[in-house]
Amino acid sequence: MKEQKRDVIVEMTSKKILPIILTFGLYVMVGTEGAGGGFQGGCIIAAAFILYAVVFGIQKGRTKMPESWNTFFTSLGLYLYCGCGLLAIIASLFVAEFLNYSAFWPLTNLFGPYEARALQVEFVVEVGIGITVFAAFVSMFYDLAWKDEDEAEDDEEVMEC
Amino acid sequence: MIDTFVEQFPILIVTTGVFSAFTILVSGIFSRKIGYYILLFVTAIHFMMSIAILNYVISFGRIHYWIGGWRPPWGIEYVVDHLNAYVLVVILFLSFLSVVFAKRSVEKEIDEKKHPTFYTVMQLLIAGCCGVVVTGDVFNLFVLAEVASLATYALIAIAGGKALRASFTYLILGSIAICFYLLGIGFLYAVTGTLNMIDMRLLLQNIYDNKMVQVAFALVVVGLGIKAAVFPLHTWQPDAYTYAPSAVTLIMSTVVAKTFVYALIRIVFSVFTVNFLQKYINAWELVSWLAAVTIIVGSILAFRQYNIKRMLAYSSIVNVAYIMLGISMFYSYWGLSGALANILNHAVAKGCAFAAIGAIIYKTGLKDVRYYSGLAKKMPYTCGAFLISALTLIGIPPLAGFVTKFYLMLGCLEVKNYTMLAVILLGSLLTLAYFWRVVEEMYFKSVEDENTHGNAEERFNEAPITMLAPTMLLAILCIALGIYWLTSIPLEIIDKMIASMGVILK
Repeated sequence: MKEQKRDVIVEMTSKKILPIILTFGLYVMVGTEGAGGGFQGGCIIAAAFILYAVVFGIQKGRTKMPESWNTFFTSLGLYLYCGCGLLAIIASLFVAEFLNYSAFWPLTNLFGPYEARALQVEFVVEVGIGITVFAAFVSMFYDLAWKDEDEAEDDEEVMEC
Repeated sequence: MIDTFVEQFPILIVTTGVFSAFTILVSGIFSRKIGYYILLFVTAIHFMMSIAILNYVISFGRIHYWIGGWRPPWGIEYVVDHLNAYVLVVILFLSFLSVVFAKRSVEKEIDEKKHPTFYTVMQLLIAGCCGVVVTGDVFNLFVLAEVASLATYALIAIAGGKALRASFTYLILGSIAICFYLLGIGFLYAVTGTLNMIDMRLLLQNIYDNKMVQVAFALVVVGLGIKAAVFPLHTWQPDAYTYAPSAVTLIMSTVVAKTFVYALIRIVFSVFTVNFLQKYINAWELVSWLAAVTIIVGSILAFRQYNIKRMLAYSSIVNVAYIMLGISMFYSYWGLSGALANILNHAVAKGCAFAAIGAIIYKTGLKDVRYYSGLAKKMPYTCGAFLISALTLIGIPPLAGFVTKFYLMLGCLEVKNYTMLAVILLGSLLTLAYFWRVVEEMYFKSVEDENTHGNAEERFNEAPITMLAPTMLLAILCIALGIYWLTSIPLEIIDKMIASMGVILK
């Protein structure tokens, strides 16, 4: 494979800006009080990874974030936000409803029903949604980008033959 | 204690379904084989849960489940009454059989690399369909219908080749359909300010003359009509059934089709009531004529097909028309009973037919009816099952399909509509014609010399047990259900379903 032409300015700028994007994504996800922001935060974090892959080449992006990790993170996010809802059923021994967060008694005993609900929505559900969205977006980007890369490799092989 | 336990089951079927789908996806990283067994196990558990729900509903009445503990007009509510519980059992039973059937068929037709994704999407499809059935909220129905539909598009396209085009057509038409539905419920929301079905039904009662409500009704019926492949909105369906992998055709023709027929019945009868329908009885006259045209034209089109899967696809369109005919006679007791009974009867019979054809295609690779000569000697059990399902779809007593037609004919007599009676009889005759063609090839034509040449040593070549067992079970059910329906008229469960839809019984 040919060495890609490097652009120092773009690489340095994105290196400086990447941590800021990631922090901002995390802030959007959990920084606000209550529900909302999971999807948007996930999008911003995915944008950071996509920027990395665009600037440093798809091969490097693939080593930073392999496809199997994407699959794992997509499921992990779902486990978090769906499992948090199921936890209410399990913790209350099948009395409370699905998504009835205040029925998770360890937190409710400590902080009261409303605070417990807010904490779970903010730190578990929104983070879960964020993780799923970010992994799904990165995976989609790779699916679109890999095709060209593979085809290009095939073409080069043909030319070498 | 045990009561609240069962009340959790409707939501648990949907959520654990999604959970298991993503577990299959993760398991694909480690092993490509394990996903199938997760799917099989989870679907079996869900089927048992659905039976528990049906049992609970019959003994204690409707289940109302408020998600998150929020009260109905604001929160999402899941409602399970007799109709839901019955359709849920039908859907999960056929999903389970499709999953059992899928193993060998998928191994042959799809790359091993794609197996984990295939089973993930299949599990999402089952979970989405179950969600559509148990929900009591029109917007939640839209979301879960999209989950099921997107899964279906992916499952059709997974085979590649011509299936891609079929999937794309379905994608476009399905998206248009769901837009119609969304627009319809948007109008209803604008008028009533609620999305809960029961609440909406109460609020709509006084404003049936509102033009917006009428337009919304038309939009919703057309939207769900496209999804359920009601003539003349069926154009995506023959291609999709023909080019999809056998296991996908099986699950589509039984589970997905019945889910959207259920959604149509639910919206028409539970959100808009019989009182609304009676105001516009002329429109239903049109629906019944459309159904009559479908029964004749669909059967003739089926007769012209040489591709067996395409023929069965047209037969499915005809059977949806029977259901529509039953719905259009909503003011008669027997017509609606026939429509509801046909949800189960047609699912079982068409499931059996598609499973048998899937087994034949697996073994011989033949899709053209004209090459089926002497197949009965080679695959006697599969051909026997196909024969039974064909007789069921024709409507020979005492098989299950006879019950549908018997009920519909009684409905026609009840409302004194003799034209439709003639149409049903003619439809049965045409069904006999196009199925007899296949049966004749299979049983009565001797094998030609050229064909024996290749397969001389394979005289008896039956399908593998995982494909044969579901086929045979469905064939046995065709007979057992017919006898059960006929010996226990009038059926308590169908009476209760009709009562829950607000149709007044005599």
